[in-house]
Amino acid sequence: MQLVANGILKENPIFKLALSMCPAVGISTTVMNGFLLGIAVLFVQVCSSVTISLVKDFIHPRIRIPTYTLTIATWVTVIDMVLSAYMPEAYAKMGIFVKLIVAFAIITMRLEMFACKEPVGASFWDGLGMGLGFMIGMMTIGLVRELLGSGAILGYDVLGFKPLLFFILPSAGFFVVGLMMAFFNYIEVFYKRRKGFKS
Amino acid sequence: MNRLTIRLIAVFTFICLVVPGLVYGANLISKQSFNGKSAIKLRFSVKVEKAKIADTAHYIVYEEQDPDIRLKVVSAKPDEDGKGVTLHFAQNLNTAHTHVVTVKNLVGKSSAITKVSKSYLGYLISILISALLINNFVFTKYLGLCVFFGTSKRKSTAKGMGVVFTIVMVVSASMSWFFYNYILIPFNLNFLQIVVFIGLVSLTVQAVDTILRKVNPLLFNSFGVYLVLVIANCVIIAVPLILANNNYNYYETFMLALGAGGGFLLALYLMSSVSERMQLANIPPTFKGLPIAFIVAGQFAMAFLGFSGLKIF
Repeated sequence: MQLVANGILKENPIFKLALSMCPAVGISTTVMNGFLLGIAVLFVQVCSSVTISLVKDFIHPRIRIPTYTLTIATWVTVIDMVLSAYMPEAYAKMGIFVKLIVAFAIITMRLEMFACKEPVGASFWDGLGMGLGFMIGMMTIGLVRELLGSGAILGYDVLGFKPLLFFILPSAGFFVVGLMMAFFNYIEVFYKRRKGFKS
Repeated sequence: MNRLTIRLIAVFTFICLVVPGLVYGANLISKQSFNGKSAIKLRFSVKVEKAKIADTAHYIVYEEQDPDIRLKVVSAKPDEDGKGVTLHFAQNLNTAHTHVVTVKNLVGKSSAITKVSKSYLGYLISILISALLINNFVFTKYLGLCVFFGTSKRKSTAKGMGVVFTIVMVVSASMSWFFYNYILIPFNLNFLQIVVFIGLVSLTVQAVDTILRKVNPLLFNSFGVYLVLVIANCVIIAVPLILANNNYNYYETFMLALGAGGGFLLALYLMSSVSERMQLANIPPTFKGLPIAFIVAGQFAMAFLGFSGLKIF
């Protein structure tokens, strides 16, 4: 449980570690998109964490990076085929990004830093936490962009008007991510300052 | 640096030798081209009676991708010397597609087929420009952001990194094209795409790593950890995936890889010049570091949006 919370809050892949930014900017135009890609990443992260954790004793340290890459590639192929078979519409929307999960720094990093040392159970929870953290990050960005861009959440019209069409344009992704990072920094600074006053 | 320059020159000569396009030639038809938006111009190698040329029944025209839809030839206007014809069509043609023209029974009983398309070289250059500016991999496709934000602090690093990226990209894309067309497709192993491509990319990166370490240790030191990050970079793995999706031939692949690498170099250079300035600027503490970099990148992306209407060929 500690590990899951760690992945979601303290080491959130998108806002804290600033890894795997490409999809966060690229396809987070709606909450649904963020959710689907989040699911895909969660699946790949958990499966490859568990796989590596299972076989960690048989991997020669010098070839560990290629092994990680191949493991991830295998699981990405699985999720890629599943998505294209069962959700062809969503798959078409996400385009090349599902295949590009293979190049996400966050997954390789977790394998290198966590799964190759810890037992299977811990690796599973760590993978789950990281995947969930990524998913929540994607959905938050998606929420902001969808709400401001098209005045809707999950496709349902909430506001009844479109506040800023600019936010569904691709380049707004950079702005939203940048502003949200600044926001999280601000909260951190704010809390630190308050603690400082107390003590 | 000297050896690197020589290498670059070698690459450039290679481009000059390989690229000059293919020339299609049919026996009867010596020259073909689009003439305006709704006409095709043909030149024949022999002289033909004008009355025969003017008969529209001799010509069958369709777009290469849907041969079932015949385009109706409204009139055929012979040239003055009887060695050419201009075919006029009812609607405007989509000149971006290749059109196939069949000429039947014009001379004896033979028929000649020719493909009319815009200049192949122009098409290749349009792929290059498109990957470089219109679909810039960083600013309009959002790929490779980790490395982009990581290495765009100083101009010199950015330049070196961009060049290495371009080289790795061209080499790995060529290899992937070869593997895709000669191994994956013939043996129906298309589902192994991702595994094979990522393997090839890691291999190329490893090779560049070893070579660079020997040839130019200075440059190697300045990259530090980022050369390893190249393996796990979406830009490089995206190029083979795109070329597999679009069934590009080798020249097109080469151009796409070159354009993508060049675009990455351009983006890195632009970004690094801005961040050198930003170090002197007075930025609010909460925006320091990544947030401001993201906002600058967003402004670049907006600027690059302006290229989206660009059409050269």
